[in-house]
Amino acid sequence: MTEPAPGVWVYAICPAVDDRLLVEVRGVDDEILRHVRAGDLMAVVGSVDRERFGADGLRRSLNDLDKLAAIARAHHAVVEAAARVRPTAPARLATVYDDDDRVREMLAVHRDAFAAALDHVTGRQEWGVKAYGRARSDVASGSDERAPMTGTAYLRQRRAALSARDASRREVIAGAEAIHERLAALAVDAGRHRPQDPQLSGDPRPMVLNDAYLVANDDAEKFAQAVSVLAGAHPELSVELTGPWPPYSFAVIEVAP
Amino acid sequence: MTDLDRTDRATPTTHEQVSIVDLLDRLLDTGVVITGDVTLSIADVDLVHVNLNAIIASVRAGAPSPDGPPVREAS
Repeated sequence: MTEPAPGVWVYAICPAVDDRLLVEVRGVDDEILRHVRAGDLMAVVGSVDRERFGADGLRRSLNDLDKLAAIARAHHAVVEAAARVRPTAPARLATVYDDDDRVREMLAVHRDAFAAALDHVTGRQEWGVKAYGRARSDVASGSDERAPMTGTAYLRQRRAALSARDASRREVIAGAEAIHERLAALAVDAGRHRPQDPQLSGDPRPMVLNDAYLVANDDAEKFAQAVSVLAGAHPELSVELTGPWPPYSFAVIEVAP
Repeated sequence: MTDLDRTDRATPTTHEQVSIVDLLDRLLDTGVVITGDVTLSIADVDLVHVNLNAIIASVRAGAPSPDGPPVREAS
């Protein structure tokens, strides 16, 4: 029985500066990585098993949290290694071609879009900023809870508690917007991800900001400083900085075949 | 593109520190979307999100581990 020909997993697209091997890490199938070059671009790729990394195999593994996490981390390790040494446009997870010729064709057809995306991220890195609403202790109900209460008094107290919660919620959202505006002004580009599901993140606090910022390498320190100043200025929010990331959120190209 | 080596300066994120949820925000919703010969459609990617919730809920509820029979796709 002959094995099916391997698939070609695409990790990232970079300028083809020379043929030096870019990354020494292994890929999602523990494979050794290669370059596929076309003109002034190259794709960082690896040959992967068709059974496990074909459409059916992928659909199965991407729906299993442990397998998805392992694949995502392996893909990320390659993208990050590439991004450390040259401008990199990361490919979305699970982009697989039939052979190297198809990858070459894709690079040639979309050459201008890739070049523009690479230009946009050169000398820049992505930073993530997340903010959660903080539970305010002064909004908690008073200490006279055990005292007997008339219906009217109960309603009045309940209304007061609800309106305090509304005010606190408005303050949290206004704070998140202020942070976004300030940071977007410092960054070359800004993007927003959907707030994370508390079930996935394991963090029960309501997420009000899940932003990505593209920042010039020279401004990285200034940006991190601005984040900590803003965190101090907004006690209603708990702010987290992640990164630097490869420019996942800013090398976005959507192209049909 | 003259400053190729600038990225060396920043401290790299180590993989252990990267939260899988932060990573999935970036790997599933963004990046270069080229239509490969074998590529999961956006609908499948959304399905991943939905099924992740199902998996986590089932793990929390002490249901059989997701290593058992493959998770069925919702129709």
